[in-house]
Amino acid sequence: MDTVNLTIDGIPIKAPKGEKVLWAALDNGIYIPNLCAIRRAKEPHAGCRLCFVGIEGRPGPVTACTEPVAEGMVVHTTTPEVKRLRRTAAELLIATECPDCRTCAKNRHCELQRVAAHVGVKLKPQRLRKSPKSLAIDSSNPFFILDPNKCILCGKCVWVCSEIVGADAINFTSRGFDATPMFDESCEACGECVAICPVGALVEKNLRWPKQEVKTICPYCAVGCGIYLGLDNGVIVSVRGDEENPVNRGSLCARGRFGIAEFVHHQDRLTTPLVKKGRGFVEISWEEAIELVARRLAQYKGEKFGLISSVKSTNEDNYILQKFARVVMGSNNIDSSARLRDGPTLVALGESFGAGAMSNPMDDIESAACIFVIGTNPTSSHPILGQRIRRAARNGAKLIIANPREIDLCRHASLWLRNRPGSDLALLMGMMRIIIDEGLADLSFIEARCENFDALTESLSRFDLKLAEELSGVPQQLITDAARTYAGLKPATILFGSGLTQHIHGTENVYALANLAMLTGNIGQASSGIYPIKGENNAQGACDMGALPGLLPDYQPLSGPDIREKFEAAWGCPLSPNPGLTLGEMLDTANEGRIQALYIVGADPALDMANIQQVRQALKRLEFLVVQDIFLTQTARLADLVLPAASFAEKDGTFTNIERRVQLVRQAIEPIGDSRPDWQIACRIAQKMGATGFDFEHPSQIMDEVASLLPSYGGISHQRLEDGGIQYPCPSKNRPGTPRLHTKTFIRGKGRFTPLVYRPPAEEPDDEYPLMLTIERSLYHQGNMSRKVKGLNTLRPEELVEINPLDAANLGVADGESVRVISRRGVVKVKAKITEASPPGVVCMSSNFAERPANLLTNSTLDASSKTPELKVSAIRIAKT
Amino acid sequence: MSVRGRFIVKLGTPDELRSFRESIVAQMDPQKLCVRICMTGCRAYGAVRIRDAFLKEIKGRGLEKEVEIRETGCHGFCARAPVITIDPKDIFYQQLTAEDVPEIIDQTLLKGEIIDRLVYADPATGEKFPFNADVPFYKNQTKNVLRNCGVIDPRNISHYIARDGYDALSKVLTTTTPVEVIDTVEQSGLRGRGGAGFPTGRKWRFVRDAHGDPKYLVCNGDEGDPGAFMDRAVMEGDPHSVLEGMLIAAYAMGVEVGYIYVRAEYPIAVEHLKIAIAQAQELGLLGENILGSGFNFEIRVKEGAGAFVCGEETALLASIEGRRGMPRPRPPFPAQSGLWDKPTNINNVETYANVPLIILKGSEWYSSIGTERSKGTKIFSLAGKINNTGLVEVPIGTPVRKVIYDIGGGIPGGRRLKAVQTGGPSGGFVPEEHLDLPIDYDTLQAIGSIMGSGGMVVMDEDTCMVDVARFFLEFTNDESCGKCSICRLGSQQMLDTLTRITQGKGREEDIELLVELGKQVRDISLCGLGRTLPNPVLTSTNFFRDEYEAHIKEKRCPALVCEELVSYYILPEKCEGCMICLRNCPSEAIMGGKRMVHVIDQSKCTKCGTCLSLCPTRFSAVVKVSGEQIPVPEEPIPVAPRKPKTA
Repeated sequence: MDTVNLTIDGIPIKAPKGEKVLWAALDNGIYIPNLCAIRRAKEPHAGCRLCFVGIEGRPGPVTACTEPVAEGMVVHTTTPEVKRLRRTAAELLIATECPDCRTCAKNRHCELQRVAAHVGVKLKPQRLRKSPKSLAIDSSNPFFILDPNKCILCGKCVWVCSEIVGADAINFTSRGFDATPMFDESCEACGECVAICPVGALVEKNLRWPKQEVKTICPYCAVGCGIYLGLDNGVIVSVRGDEENPVNRGSLCARGRFGIAEFVHHQDRLTTPLVKKGRGFVEISWEEAIELVARRLAQYKGEKFGLISSVKSTNEDNYILQKFARVVMGSNNIDSSARLRDGPTLVALGESFGAGAMSNPMDDIESAACIFVIGTNPTSSHPILGQRIRRAARNGAKLIIANPREIDLCRHASLWLRNRPGSDLALLMGMMRIIIDEGLADLSFIEARCENFDALTESLSRFDLKLAEELSGVPQQLITDAARTYAGLKPATILFGSGLTQHIHGTENVYALANLAMLTGNIGQASSGIYPIKGENNAQGACDMGALPGLLPDYQPLSGPDIREKFEAAWGCPLSPNPGLTLGEMLDTANEGRIQALYIVGADPALDMANIQQVRQALKRLEFLVVQDIFLTQTARLADLVLPAASFAEKDGTFTNIERRVQLVRQAIEPIGDSRPDWQIACRIAQKMGATGFDFEHPSQIMDEVASLLPSYGGISHQRLEDGGIQYPCPSKNRPGTPRLHTKTFIRGKGRFTPLVYRPPAEEPDDEYPLMLTIERSLYHQGNMSRKVKGLNTLRPEELVEINPLDAANLGVADGESVRVISRRGVVKVKAKITEASPPGVVCMSSNFAERPANLLTNSTLDASSKTPELKVSAIRIAKT
Repeated sequence: MSVRGRFIVKLGTPDELRSFRESIVAQMDPQKLCVRICMTGCRAYGAVRIRDAFLKEIKGRGLEKEVEIRETGCHGFCARAPVITIDPKDIFYQQLTAEDVPEIIDQTLLKGEIIDRLVYADPATGEKFPFNADVPFYKNQTKNVLRNCGVIDPRNISHYIARDGYDALSKVLTTTTPVEVIDTVEQSGLRGRGGAGFPTGRKWRFVRDAHGDPKYLVCNGDEGDPGAFMDRAVMEGDPHSVLEGMLIAAYAMGVEVGYIYVRAEYPIAVEHLKIAIAQAQELGLLGENILGSGFNFEIRVKEGAGAFVCGEETALLASIEGRRGMPRPRPPFPAQSGLWDKPTNINNVETYANVPLIILKGSEWYSSIGTERSKGTKIFSLAGKINNTGLVEVPIGTPVRKVIYDIGGGIPGGRRLKAVQTGGPSGGFVPEEHLDLPIDYDTLQAIGSIMGSGGMVVMDEDTCMVDVARFFLEFTNDESCGKCSICRLGSQQMLDTLTRITQGKGREEDIELLVELGKQVRDISLCGLGRTLPNPVLTSTNFFRDEYEAHIKEKRCPALVCEELVSYYILPEKCEGCMICLRNCPSEAIMGGKRMVHVIDQSKCTKCGTCLSLCPTRFSAVVKVSGEQIPVPEEPIPVAPRKPKTA
């Protein structure tokens, strides 16, 4: 990098060429007052008129934020002229836009106070008369208020909402003295504006300043944002984004920023073990509880036992839990709720490429030329990832959306394919057909790196565009445009989510995407990859750690004798070579009486699975059900014994995010009540049951064992992670990790094309159930945690069934009217929301509300290969109440 | 003679343009009777009714073939609206009504007689001027840019072409390289007419040399100064001259897309520009392969939404892009990074309208007009306390006094001129003693004002300079976009301070505060709006400091304008107790009775002035005073008995 030499206040300084004087000064510890400068901004705002400096050879002072450094430049930051100018600007700001520090929540944390102190202006104006504004305060958001009377119009909130968040929800309104930022309905309550506001204009309600901060990872979605938990007297009082974490660079969503402290400290947290007595629970001591669970589980060793592990818990927790199932209970019946979402990804990407994980880092998205987003609404489900896609589109990437629903990204998209739910495969086959027919395929890539191409072309030969249009409802021209755009722009990248996987042909859907990427050579390079968007914060890690019935940790085959031997040697016991049961199968067989005891950790199948009426029945039929969680979930209510678990804030460990980044989770507070970390509880039960190999004192020791047995994690240790996350595979201590997979060869060697056959959803609308129900996550809720947060409940208080105006008119249903949604499996009474976001014939619910669970309605028919249920399509009808 | 329907074939070469012009000219009869009616500015005074009356009468008498009724742009002499000119004799009639029309037809059109009543008479001398060319208002002007305004029908491209329109374009496309065009413009000395006065040719060269593709051209028609209507007149009255200027500029800089940003409050300008663009496209003078040269250019009209700051070039560009119109720091200048971050040339309407003339008549001719450093002519709009309000074009460098007195006809009612506000609300006051200064880019700056875009508001002795400064600041404060602190808050503090002074609540240190704040707002604001808005305050505190001091120290408004500082009194020796003011006082503040001396209860008086205006002039008992108290009785007393008539 070219650097130039300059002096600021007599101090010789080196600065990169093109850098503005302001940043060069600040980087070298020379403070120049400023309120509106943003380093990441493309162009300086230059509105606060404070950062004046004198430059030798210039007639008058210039703003340091706009002036690039130059070789030999001589800068003075404290000339009398400069001081005079700054003073006036500061005086004006204080006289007008700083009504009263004593009543301001930002008192002593205010940038304007810092500026005033630096330029020597008293907070009580002297020369000028105090003339405060009297604009209306906006306190409509549950988490923060906008007091425009304190706004200095620095524009930072507008900038961050536009350039970083991409929501464009804030802009200035009115002119001159009355100008003020204003929010519109596209606000996502992420609070980026609050975080960046230098004064008291945008502040959190109930703002508290922490005495210390602990760096850790957000427990909501699988993006894995770095956060700082702010503490005061053992209580979490603040959350802020970790600006150094490459995953989020300081950004957070509403759930992460405002939804953590309240659930961690919620009064509903389980604080002591509970045992079922009659229809209720009674508290018991840990000794009694451990003794009880050890005694009862001892009766169900082998295939009568199943364990459902947690996609919310740490890698260390998951590793111990699967080890518990395999070693102590002698059972491969271990699975997690990742099955409900990510099964097809593991199978199809595993077989096509050799790894079921994201091929590229999230950073790559922003430099892609084309982004194909299918079956996911990341703006709601994974907001920080959604922001990256919006930024990419803003930077000129062509965005192709395939989604039956009008998701937020549609407004940023070049093409929107509004396909019928469950018809993605038809769409993808149509696109591939065009790419092959029009000679857009990357034949040299296919020749060099792939196999089985002929089988694919053969399978497509019977599938033409007309059929694709008929099945998907998307016009042929749009399918053609999408194919040409994706194939024609490089690098191109694919993101997909549960909208693609939660189908009886979910695995085929993912095969199709793998085919599409290989067909155009869009894999293995920078910004050309496949991004499966997993749901929960540690869905990736739970699978990596072996919470899978058919695979040992790190996806090592049970059937491989060398591998089994390795684990048997390490764990000191024989292992069953037989694959265990998946989540759905465990509950099905429980209904049949084959599984008799279940240990469920941090999962709520009684709310999350399809057709939960049946699931609840199965859980009730169990002879022994132990549930370990932080709240008394729907599942825990059915348990014989409930064990109180510590939340992510109360333990050390690691999460692995969707881009395979293993990141350190640090204990911030003592466990609430008498709760304990999952690994500790499982270890105590194991020890009580006489097992060895469970005598860990700290999760870092568990990670050391993980590293010794899982080649992908071979180089990972807590100590190494102190310096930041590592993207696995990281086979040894001296390797840096692997941001991109499949760069030279695929993990499995050659990429394998899979022939495709179209199949419709298991349940299609008919006369009796004429509408399709699909499920989409709300921006404001995820699992049981967000439901404990008042503000999030204010933003999204209840389950709604979103219905197209045409359907609503046909049914005579009004907006906000209570209706009954009825499927072959159940009935849910909810309010209708009339919106064109849902296409005609399709309604949508969020499945996050225990009081009105959409999963009473959903179809539990499984995808044959991955055993993932078809949660995304159910036939329903709507009746007026 | 509309283009539509008559010429299906586009003009494919310069020769075809020439023969097209020749055919138009051949069809025109210079001796034909033609009534030119201003249908732009004069509309406000009933021009539509006059035109309709002409059309009806002409039709009624079957004179359609003999008489042309031509709707033109502004003739300039707005004080005398509505105005018409009758060709071929160049007869000038003013302050018409529709009722005058039959007589005009009978007497003037048919018999060639001049109607004395409608002729302009100099208010001072009473001398009559029946012909345009003799009217002092017109005679002392140099109409170059306005040569077509008021002459042609701006909605008819043939009229423009007939007067050598698009000849300059044809000339550059056939005989001149783009760089030579820039050389010519640079040699002409043309400087930006928006007010900043940047050399146009040099700006064009920057854009031509800038890296980036495509490049854009923008015409700034967001004329926002109150009382300024120069650009409006050009866009309304001669839109093709703007288009031709833009075409030549586009050719010179290698640009294919241009925007005209025009305020939506100028509906006629918008309409005429759109018609002009459509007609030029139809003839192939805009679009692809213009006159067979391979040069392509299209023009889009973007209507502004009424924000003054959008006249600032970076705010204007943001507005075209669809963002909130707020200025950004320069550099980068638009020439480097403008519209959508591409090199962009932005000039004012009047600047572009100068270009065809420079090309046709040459840079030497052009630079022979004006001063050493300011070349060509400039259009000014005269407004305020002046006899001949209107639009005038004079060589740059003409003294202010000449414009005000020789063209503008001086101050009405024989009052004394106090100051001339030049350059709009962000200009400054030129006091009487500086009236002999030449108006150009540089000289007025020396006394704190600017030539600006050409607004000229004249103030007489009845004007309170503190109040006027407050008025202009109220405007700029309201129009500040709010982005930069010093403009948003500095203007507010200054406005508050001025308001307090006009209310008699000023402090002695307020003048220094105003000057200090004013200088800082001028020196450190982000854009031109902020940098010029203190000018009215700075020049008035400089030249009329005594008025400020009177307001502050004596609580007196010398011009008797500031409401809080004036009082109304009834002089007891003059009051005849006639009850007129008493009965009409809306706040019942006047005590008295028949033949009792009326007394104004100052605590109830709202200073509406009704009493002053109603008191019979033969009494003139009501007076308005400031800073003094007049001794009046506390209670009504009987009017002094009339002197007994002697036998």
